[in-house]
Amino acid sequence: MTSSSQIELREVTHAYRTAAGPLPVLDRLSLQMPKDSFTAVVGPSGCGKSTLTRLVSGLMRPNEGEVWLANQKVTSPRPTVGMAFQNPVLLEWRTILQNVMLPLEIIKSKMTKAEGLERAQHLLELVGLTGFEEKRPSELSGGMRQRASLCRSLIHRPEVLILDEPFGALDAFTREDLWCTMHDLREEEPFTCLLITHDLRESVFLADQVVVLSGRPAHAQYVLDVNIDGKRTLDDLYTPKAVEMLAVLRHQIQVAQGRASSPDEPLAEHAPAASAKEGIVQ
Amino acid sequence: MSRETVRKIASPVLFIVAVLAIWEWLVWVYQLPDFRMASPSDLLPKFWQFRDLFLVKSWETLWRTVAGLGIAVVFGTLVGMIMGFSRVAREGLYPLLVGFNAIPKATVVPIVALIFVGQHDFNTILIAFMISFFPIAVSVSIGLSTLEPEYRDILRSLGASNFTIFWKIALPKTLPEFFGALKVAVTLAFIGTNLMEIVSPHGRGLGDLFDSGRINADYPLMFAVLFALAALGIFLFYIVVFLERIFAGWAERAPG
Repeated sequence: MTSSSQIELREVTHAYRTAAGPLPVLDRLSLQMPKDSFTAVVGPSGCGKSTLTRLVSGLMRPNEGEVWLANQKVTSPRPTVGMAFQNPVLLEWRTILQNVMLPLEIIKSKMTKAEGLERAQHLLELVGLTGFEEKRPSELSGGMRQRASLCRSLIHRPEVLILDEPFGALDAFTREDLWCTMHDLREEEPFTCLLITHDLRESVFLADQVVVLSGRPAHAQYVLDVNIDGKRTLDDLYTPKAVEMLAVLRHQIQVAQGRASSPDEPLAEHAPAASAKEGIVQ
Repeated sequence: MSRETVRKIASPVLFIVAVLAIWEWLVWVYQLPDFRMASPSDLLPKFWQFRDLFLVKSWETLWRTVAGLGIAVVFGTLVGMIMGFSRVAREGLYPLLVGFNAIPKATVVPIVALIFVGQHDFNTILIAFMISFFPIAVSVSIGLSTLEPEYRDILRSLGASNFTIFWKIALPKTLPEFFGALKVAVTLAFIGTNLMEIVSPHGRGLGDLFDSGRINADYPLMFAVLFALAALGIFLFYIVVFLERIFAGWAERAPG
């Protein structure tokens, strides 16, 4: 089977077994992510976003449906994937450099030790951590730890990067800094990226397409194509076009939360009307 | 020597001297006779009088304590690993371990002495082991079972085996807890050794010297034995601290 998608989910259905019976989280979820594209997934809390990352990374297998990575069906974890979480999970007993180089100790990489070291130093430079190679994680701030975690997830040149709310615990300014770092990294070497987030601005600023998941059990309720030309800057978030996209996403989230009426209905022209509509539903 | 080092050595010495001085003063003020309360000044002559015995008996106590502790470390770590990785084992073993730990070891001593009659060294090591493995097993199991799932995922998503995850992450992450437990286990192991030596006398170890002091109503000798035990305990404790610095020094944050 061939397709142009780097990541493809076909009718994926998944449920967790709980004491109170099965808890369905994903319901016939289908998604396509082209090679070297950036996809952000947003949705209400507990709608199965993190489940999605575990399925794509191969840490879990879906009950039904298939996950494909680069035209191969995913049945187990694979070294062409890099992951970063909200918790940077750096190993406290290692230096930053040793942390970044950890994946190279696990996978059989074509890289020699010297090449790995060079790459680690290069990545650290890209994220602005030059000079911190020999520090312990406990000596770094939250934002710096997350930068180091990003370097670690990219050290083995993964084709796919999976980010599960990596900027969620950071303060607003650090977060925006890291968004720009993400753009720099992708400019340097393209990779396909799947980002799970709660932050709509983040999704619009970073992604080529934003997928809104419905409430649990989740399917793809809405897909927004973000077309901002050229290299993005934070100013692009304050253009009328961006504001409109954010409004669309916000409306879709409310629909997913069951607070607004059906997704087929056209979006209200301005905010007061939208909130009035909410009032009627509630 | 830096001021820091001077302070680190001087302050404990100062405190020990102060406590001994107060003790000496109390005995002097209340005019307590030797057979009621020995004073620190009585101890030095005793140490000198029995210096050969103190050396031999201390060594007997020390090596058997360390042997028991060594077995406790191996066994406790193994049990801790089993309990840390398997929930079934954890739920099944906990009541058993807690029950075993709740039995006063003084009551186990005569039983052990009966079962392995005449095997003095073995018996002593066995009690030292029995009394000291519990904190090690518990701390290792807690360290392993509380490993955040993200740590596992980071390596598992790269296709790492369970052994690799244990070796690269679970083991080093558990070391601070392990050393914390080892500090407790060190003192417990001494209690175990001396229990055997005193409750089931067999002419070996500082416990035997203590016992002969008791039989002869030689209170200064008994107190001198206590001091020797304390010194051995401090000695072993700081060996553990030293090992901790080497293997888990990363867990210590810089002051301030």
